[in-house]
Amino acid sequence: MSQAVRVITLNMDGRDISARGDQTILQVARENNMYIPTLCHITGLSRVGSCRLCLVEIKGINKLLPACVTRVEEGMEVTLSSERLNKYRRSILELLFSERNHVCAVCVSNGHCELQNLSQTLNMTHVHFDYRYPRLPVDGSHERFVLDHNRCILCTRCVRVCDEIEGAHTWDMLGRGVNAQVITDLNQPWGDSETCTSCGKCINVCPTGALVEKGKSVREMTKKRQFLPYLTLMRERRW
Amino acid sequence: MSKARVATLWLDGCSGCHMSILDMDERLLELAGKIDVVFGPYVDQKEFPENVDVALVEGAVSSDEDLEKIRKVRARSRLLVSLGDCAVTANIPSMRNPFKVQDVLDRAYVENTTLNPGAPKECVPTLLAKARPIHEYVNVDVYVPGCPPSADTIYLVLTDILEGRCPDLSKTTRFGA
Repeated sequence: MSQAVRVITLNMDGRDISARGDQTILQVARENNMYIPTLCHITGLSRVGSCRLCLVEIKGINKLLPACVTRVEEGMEVTLSSERLNKYRRSILELLFSERNHVCAVCVSNGHCELQNLSQTLNMTHVHFDYRYPRLPVDGSHERFVLDHNRCILCTRCVRVCDEIEGAHTWDMLGRGVNAQVITDLNQPWGDSETCTSCGKCINVCPTGALVEKGKSVREMTKKRQFLPYLTLMRERRW
Repeated sequence: MSKARVATLWLDGCSGCHMSILDMDERLLELAGKIDVVFGPYVDQKEFPENVDVALVEGAVSSDEDLEKIRKVRARSRLLVSLGDCAVTANIPSMRNPFKVQDVLDRAYVENTTLNPGAPKECVPTLLAKARPIHEYVNVDVYVPGCPPSADTIYLVLTDILEGRCPDLSKTTRFGA
C-alpha cells in the first residue's frame, strides 16, 4: 500500500463498507462477497471496461458506470443489483449471443463457458433481438490450438494476456464495431505466426469456446486459470 | 376437474426433446391423470385441434410448412412453450444460416452423392432462407432452454403450468444443458 492511500467508507446495496481509496468498486465488492457479473475482466490483467456487464448505479451520477474501472470514493452510494441493471445486463448478453454463432449444444466449451454460465445466472431465457448469423472463419492452422471466430465476444483477454504476461503481443484487434475481430500478427494464419510462443495463455483466459485446444470435443474444453494469479505474485516478488 | 389439453409439436429438431418427455418415466402415469395429449408425434391425430391449453413446441422454424404449423398452433393454444434450444435459439438447425439455401441443398444432395444427384423438389416443404427461433414469428409464453431440457425440467414446467405457476428455470436448465 502506498503512503497516500486513504481508507474510505462507502455504501453498497445498503451495506456500509470500508475500502482503500485506490480500489475499484468491483474489487471492493468481491472482497465483501457481493456479486457483480463480469466478462472482459480477469484478475491479473489490465482492465478495459469493454463488456459493460459490471455497470452499477451510483447515487448522484446520471449514467451507469463500469465497476471494474471506477474507483471508490468517500460517501459513495452504489447499487450493484436492481431490476434496471439486470435488464441492461441481460440485453448485453442477448446482443453477444445474437452477434455471432454461439451454438452451446455443440461447443467444446459447453458447461465451462462464462457467457453460457452468465446467461443462466442472469436468467436470460431467450434473445429478443434477431440473430445475425454471420459467416465467420475458423483458424485451425496452429499445431495445437484453434481460433473459432463464431464464439468470440471480443473481450480482448487474449490480446492482453499475450501482451502483458507472455510479452509476445501476437494477438491484436482488426476492424471496428460489428466487423471487429481478433487477429494474429498482421492478420496472418495463426500457424504462420512468428511471434506466437505456443504458450497457451490465450486459450486459458478465453471465457468462451473461441480459443481452444485442438482435438477437444463437445464439453471437453476446460480452462486452467491458476497460472495468472501465480505469475502475477511471482513477478511482483510477493511470494 | 377436466383434464388439460396438451399438444406437442415437432418442427426442425432431432426429436430429443420428445425423447426427454418420455424420459419422465413413471411420472407420465401421474401426468396422464391430469392431461390429455391431443396432438403430436405420440398420438395419431392429423389436424391440430382447437382449444389446446398447453402446446410444447420442439424445433426451429425452418420451412414454409413449419411456419404454417407454428402460426396455427399459436392461434389454437392458450400457452405456447418453446421447448429446447432449437425452439429457443434455432441452435443446430441455425448452423446452415450463414450459407445460401441452394448451397446447403447442393452440399447434401449433389456434392456428397453418387446416385441420382439433386435435391427433392416435390412433396417436401421448401426451406426458408434461415432457420429461426419460434419467438421471431409468434408470441411465446414460456422458454425452456436445454439440448434437450432434462425430464426433470419438463416435469417442473408441466406441473407448474398445470397449477397456474410460471416456472422458474434459472436453477434447472440453460442453453446447451
